[in-house]
Amino acid sequence: MISVKNLSFSYGNREVLHDITFDAKQGEMLCVLGHNGAGKSTLFKCMLGLLRGYGGTVTIDGKDMAGMNPAEKATHVAYIPQAANPAFSYSVIDMVLMGTNPRLSGRVSPGAAEREIALDTLEKTGIESLANRSYSMISGGEQQLVIIARALAQGAETLILDEPTSSLDYGNQMRVQKILRKLIEEGYTIIQSSHNPEQAYTFSDRIICIKEGRIFREGAPVDIMDERLIEDLYGIEVEMMTSSDKRARFFALKEDGQK
Amino acid sequence: MTERAKRLIISAMVVILFAGIVVSVFLGQFSISPGELWGIIRSQFTDIEPYWTSQQEHILWTVRLPRILAACIVGLALSCAGGVYQGVFENPMAAPDFLGASSGAALGAALAIILGLGDRMITLMAFVFSLATICLVYFIGSRTRGNKTVGLVLAGLMVSALAQAGTSFIKLVADQTNELPEITYWLMGSLTGIEASEVLYAFAIVCIGCIPLLFLRWRLNILTVGEQEAETMGLRVSLVRAVSLVCATLITAAAVSISGMIGWVGLVVPHFCRKLVGNNYRYLLPASMLTGAFFLLMVDNVSRNLFPVEIPIGILTAVIGAPFFIYLITKGGESA
Repeated sequence: MISVKNLSFSYGNREVLHDITFDAKQGEMLCVLGHNGAGKSTLFKCMLGLLRGYGGTVTIDGKDMAGMNPAEKATHVAYIPQAANPAFSYSVIDMVLMGTNPRLSGRVSPGAAEREIALDTLEKTGIESLANRSYSMISGGEQQLVIIARALAQGAETLILDEPTSSLDYGNQMRVQKILRKLIEEGYTIIQSSHNPEQAYTFSDRIICIKEGRIFREGAPVDIMDERLIEDLYGIEVEMMTSSDKRARFFALKEDGQK
Repeated sequence: MTERAKRLIISAMVVILFAGIVVSVFLGQFSISPGELWGIIRSQFTDIEPYWTSQQEHILWTVRLPRILAACIVGLALSCAGGVYQGVFENPMAAPDFLGASSGAALGAALAIILGLGDRMITLMAFVFSLATICLVYFIGSRTRGNKTVGLVLAGLMVSALAQAGTSFIKLVADQTNELPEITYWLMGSLTGIEASEVLYAFAIVCIGCIPLLFLRWRLNILTVGEQEAETMGLRVSLVRAVSLVCATLITAAAVSISGMIGWVGLVVPHFCRKLVGNNYRYLLPASMLTGAFFLLMVDNVSRNLFPVEIPIGILTAVIGAPFFIYLITKGGESA
């Protein structure tokens, strides 16, 4: 379980995050919604220890992350960016092997045991057949699965994903979300940000809404996802439709819905 | 390509380099036969009646062998440093003189030449100025706002320009009959007249610099995916980057101080090796070092044997390197 308590952060005099408190339990998928600049990325950077000097605490299973060294942090929390574009192209297996870095301690490079782990995680994400392909030659969706496999290779049980599907086509978005759901069933904790409320509704267990650096609404998708939330989040007027089996909600922009 | 194949390629490179060194010993104005070479080497350990001339022995120990080893050390150092810079700066165009190491060395050498200092002092001044230039670049780079890596590269560009202006000024005021040609010649890069003591000094520094780089080489891969991602994978980014830069700079400074400006090697050789063994630094760095040593050795053989007048090696590396680089970047096909 990862817990964020009274987290605040400022860039200079500008306060970006204010008194954020929430936690994510094992096997829970959390989605963070908020308009551009609401503070989602800053929140994630604090949680990953990339930004220091924040107020409040981030703990994992009760242990303060601020006191951990980089390798120790990496074995608890892994980060999956929107898209990873290394300056040079590596084979898929080499990309995933990079994730085994925190396991190496003093060794120069990964060995047979790490290779085994990397192949395992490729299997978990369903792309073991790509192991020897070049990362730059596979599709964007496959690349994202490679990065997820890399995160799993770190041994982290909490995954933080910054808009993981926003640069993917519709089919790949769904594929990646499906794999993430599968990881949830295996007991991983996942926190992702998104600009897609419909997707957040379908795939998450809980939604956290951020505006101007504060949490202004939080709850199960079915309880909080409605027209008012969309209006509060993005300042547009919409009409909501729910699918007959209630698994999906859709929003249509009202005519002249721009406030 | 399998890991096994890559290891095989690197082993082959070791054999080829060694063979290249042996063959190079026989090349030159004064011929030394294999039998004579064997005798000269054996005579170091046991007493045997010389069946070779003392001139041959003298040439081998004080001229030919130092020069062969110098070519290998300089080629190895520049290629290694180029590969490392490309990774640290996440930039395929990075080369050993990216941060001004060469232009600093040139200024130092030019200064030593117009001050009338001897060969050893020219080398030492080149080394000291090269390091001083880079220190200045780091200092300015660390004070820039925004992206530190870009700041460092820009600082390198500016300080290089200043050093080049200094060198130009020295050329202007230099004595045209002997100082100016010497400076010009130094700037073109050459291994002519290199002394065993210089080789030994460069060898020691290059060893000191290469050991940490070889140890960190696999971790350089993680640097190339970006700073923040690397950090979340548990890499001590600033430490790995700082150690890599310091070591790469050290070996570059040592190399250019004995050879003068030799361009293209540090850019072309790592790229050639990327095509050969892929981008994984675990194999790329040793491959670049071995290939760089072999490449410069061969170019120097051409430089000292093929033409009646010796052609500065820096001119040859540019003539070979630039077209070869064009071939590499246009051939296409991404290798992993």
